[in-house]
Amino acid sequence: MLDHTTSEITPRKALRVNPAKTCQPIGAMYAALGINRCLPHSHGSQGCCSYHRSHLTRHYKEPVMASTSSFTEGASVFGGSPNLRQSLKTIFQTYDPDVVAVHTTCLSETIGDDIPTIVKKASEDGIVPRGKWVIHASTPSYAGSHVTGFSNMVKGMVDYFTNKGEKKVKGQINILPGYVEPPDMRKLKSMVAEMGLTPVVFPDTSDVLDTPKTGHYEMYPPGGTKVEKLLTTGASEYTMAMGHFSSKDPAAHLELKGGVPFTLSDTPIGVQATDRFYQGIMEATGAEIPKAQLDDRGRLVDMMTDYQHYLYGKKVALWGDPDQVISLAEFMSDMGMQPVCIITGTPGKIFEKRLKAILEGKALMPVIAQKQDLFYLHQVIKKQPVDLLVGNTYGKYIARAEDTPFVRFGFPILDRAGHSYFPSVGYKGGIHLLTSIVNTLLDRQDRDAPDERFELVL
Amino acid sequence: MSDLKSCPTVEPDEFVDKTLKNYPTKVAKKRRAHMLVRQESEENQNINANARSVPGIITQRGCCYAGCKGVVIGPYGDMVHITHGPIGCGFYSWLTRRNLFKPGEDGKNYSTYCFSTDMEEHDIIFGGEKKLKQAIYEAYETFKPNAISVHATCPIGLIGDDVQAVAREAEAELGVKVLAFNCEGYKGVSQSAGHHIANNKLFSEVVGTCDQPIEGYSVNILGEYNIGGDAWEIERILKKCGIRVGATFSGDGKFEEMTSAHMASLNLVMCYRSINYLADMMETRFGIPWAKVNFIGVSAMSKSLRKIARFFEDPELTSKVEQVIQEEEERVYKELAPYKERLQGKTAMLFVGGSRAHHYQDLLKDLGLTPVAAGYEFAHRDDYEGSQIVSDIKLDADSRNIEELKVTPHPEKYRPRLSPEKQKQLEEEKVLKHYHGMIPDMPSGTLVIDDISHAELERLILDLRPDIVLSGIKDKYVIEKFGIPSKQIHNYDYSGPFSGYEGAINFAREIDMMIHNPAWKFMASPFEKKPLLTAELGVDK
Repeated sequence: MLDHTTSEITPRKALRVNPAKTCQPIGAMYAALGINRCLPHSHGSQGCCSYHRSHLTRHYKEPVMASTSSFTEGASVFGGSPNLRQSLKTIFQTYDPDVVAVHTTCLSETIGDDIPTIVKKASEDGIVPRGKWVIHASTPSYAGSHVTGFSNMVKGMVDYFTNKGEKKVKGQINILPGYVEPPDMRKLKSMVAEMGLTPVVFPDTSDVLDTPKTGHYEMYPPGGTKVEKLLTTGASEYTMAMGHFSSKDPAAHLELKGGVPFTLSDTPIGVQATDRFYQGIMEATGAEIPKAQLDDRGRLVDMMTDYQHYLYGKKVALWGDPDQVISLAEFMSDMGMQPVCIITGTPGKIFEKRLKAILEGKALMPVIAQKQDLFYLHQVIKKQPVDLLVGNTYGKYIARAEDTPFVRFGFPILDRAGHSYFPSVGYKGGIHLLTSIVNTLLDRQDRDAPDERFELVL
Repeated sequence: MSDLKSCPTVEPDEFVDKTLKNYPTKVAKKRRAHMLVRQESEENQNINANARSVPGIITQRGCCYAGCKGVVIGPYGDMVHITHGPIGCGFYSWLTRRNLFKPGEDGKNYSTYCFSTDMEEHDIIFGGEKKLKQAIYEAYETFKPNAISVHATCPIGLIGDDVQAVAREAEAELGVKVLAFNCEGYKGVSQSAGHHIANNKLFSEVVGTCDQPIEGYSVNILGEYNIGGDAWEIERILKKCGIRVGATFSGDGKFEEMTSAHMASLNLVMCYRSINYLADMMETRFGIPWAKVNFIGVSAMSKSLRKIARFFEDPELTSKVEQVIQEEEERVYKELAPYKERLQGKTAMLFVGGSRAHHYQDLLKDLGLTPVAAGYEFAHRDDYEGSQIVSDIKLDADSRNIEELKVTPHPEKYRPRLSPEKQKQLEEEKVLKHYHGMIPDMPSGTLVIDDISHAELERLILDLRPDIVLSGIKDKYVIEKFGIPSKQIHNYDYSGPFSGYEGAINFAREIDMMIHNPAWKFMASPFEKKPLLTAELGVDK
């Protein structure tokens, strides 16, 4: 398994091997699925849309609907305007969404298609029915990563829906969850509502990518942030934005456009990041943290000490999307684990800076790298073996090659169940994560124990 | 009247009209040409195919790159395949197609790796040739593969990187074969263009570059991608018959095997859509004939084995083949019997691929299921109507952009395998050079729909209520929300093999499970109808 990966790290200038990121449009598609009755539209070749839908479907085991401009060689030479106009005609008549969320691709970006102008003309020509929305985000695949694409699409939502100078609605706050799973979005919504506030969570993919099986198919499931809610985002008193990479730009744009102040917090994974999430909202709104949450917090801390024997000092390599990995590394370090190699494929020096600030003085400074790949991570841990791997499904090959326990976390997870149902955010999410980590380590301990050390109680 | 068993009330012509009403007028007109109601009394029924999908329609189709790198070239596991472009294309085609691979004696196996030039903004602005060359060097230095391939993605064509020149230079300097494919995603109308581009390059730069003889009754298998181990089951059976497989294009493929493929006696074409080009060109250049086979389904497998025996026309081989068929069929029919009993009379729809929607009909029929509607995702008219119509197909602008190689017999290596008389006879018997297509196998009253859209699929399910749908990942969970099981026929739901005799048993077991899984009945909750609930709980009123 991965026999050609050697521990000798030779510098690579041009070859990416086993990436720890993918391209912008899939993140934009995912974000757009978090608007109620919205059809994401990929302005480019058919393959992009097909690949994104397939990969999101493999991750969620749910229908993922999106359309494409189906570029041909002609469109690539003469521009994609006729394809987008035809797309809008077909989509509105055949599929009747309330919103079409157009994202670009490397092809349409390289050609230089001007989406707002094309859409404006289409609206003037009556192609976009009255009362329907066409929003867009520029998501060139050759810049940033899928996380950037997510952020750009959320910024696009602000662009089109947030109104200026609205009268503030008391107790209404915007929640930018960042690139997290549907159960995380659902959880964040309820965490804020329990504080007596009115959250506008966007995007919100819960009840879109985790719909019940009833024998009835709905192309537009009941979930997703409703347009009428998005139109009130400028009337919110405050925005809690989570994750520098996925939420900072939209939050800043919302402040500029709607005059809504924001706090940028880490994705609330683990004790401290969840504490900061509550503190931010409490300071801004005067609301209180519910007693039930304090109890969950206590239970999480209880577990962190109950299982310390299995966690303390354990060396971990983790990778994935920067916002989640930053918080996860902090959580692990808070449990006494030792993250020794932390990488993301997404470019952005803030990743290294933030992690250094979090881990300063706590343990040996790990290898921290942005814009890196899993081939590199594998080489690092060949030199410095770890007790646990935490990351997306692609790590299973490394786990097998190095015979190392592996907890799946992040995007995509293509070979295990649960990620689309159980939240990782909040204190309760921490309990769930910690459970996976402890159980994985204990399964390994049991597997490796000789008969005389194979014990009933652990 | 309709012969559709599942839906006696559905009149297929009316169904087509009703479905088309969902579309803008011009779109409806275009789509009408891609649908037909099968009438066995009508000879030569036509259907439009391999035409552009209407923008916005929600097609199943992918792109040229997916057909080239993803389908045909990707399975060569001892090669390093470099995607030249932004990261996405390489990422999505990394290990997602299940073309299983076992390394050869040299241990070279790059099938679990993903290689890309990960083009960034400044590469797009200033050009990516230098980066590509550097990437090829780094790949060679680190991995020492048996060959390297380079696959251009959409922006590469636009910025004008000369990937062919870079590959030639690198090949000359490194002394390793470097194959460059101009398979930008926007070329053609689907994956199909990529198959053709891949075929051209394998033919012009790889096949026939080494003359290692292949002993015995030797065949190549073309268009078999070893999804879930299909190629291994086929090889097991052929080996048992005493037939030797020279090269498989491209499942479990090794680069070197391709180079001597022209030395085999016969090319067996499995996925006609993706590889007929290579079969045709090899016949013209090297004199190696091709026969269309289908190794999916018990009767289809046996029929294909008999075709091979007919070609070699050797009593010893023929008797061995008959013996194997008898042995295997006896065992497999016994094992299939209980499944067949439960599946008899069930209906199926198949919307997938460029050959599989036809191949799997044979297997479904073995199990007693009736196909009621079928269509391909990226096939051409000949896949529907038969290979005899190829010369009638008018090339449109999209197809014309894909190069047709001019092929002539090789001055030294052309070697006819059969006498002209025997060749002619086998062609007349339709053993050689013939694929009869899907339509003739479809019964009257069934629907054939090419490049089906989401809207059409939804209507079909609502109106025809099939017992199972064979489709792909993007449709699977849509179909299953309706409460109808959907078997993925691109990736087999991560199972397999489904080919040959062993595969038929695997497939039957899974179809039976999917249709009869007790969990489906819980879709309707008892709380929707209160009286039912109290009755079930046994509460007296």
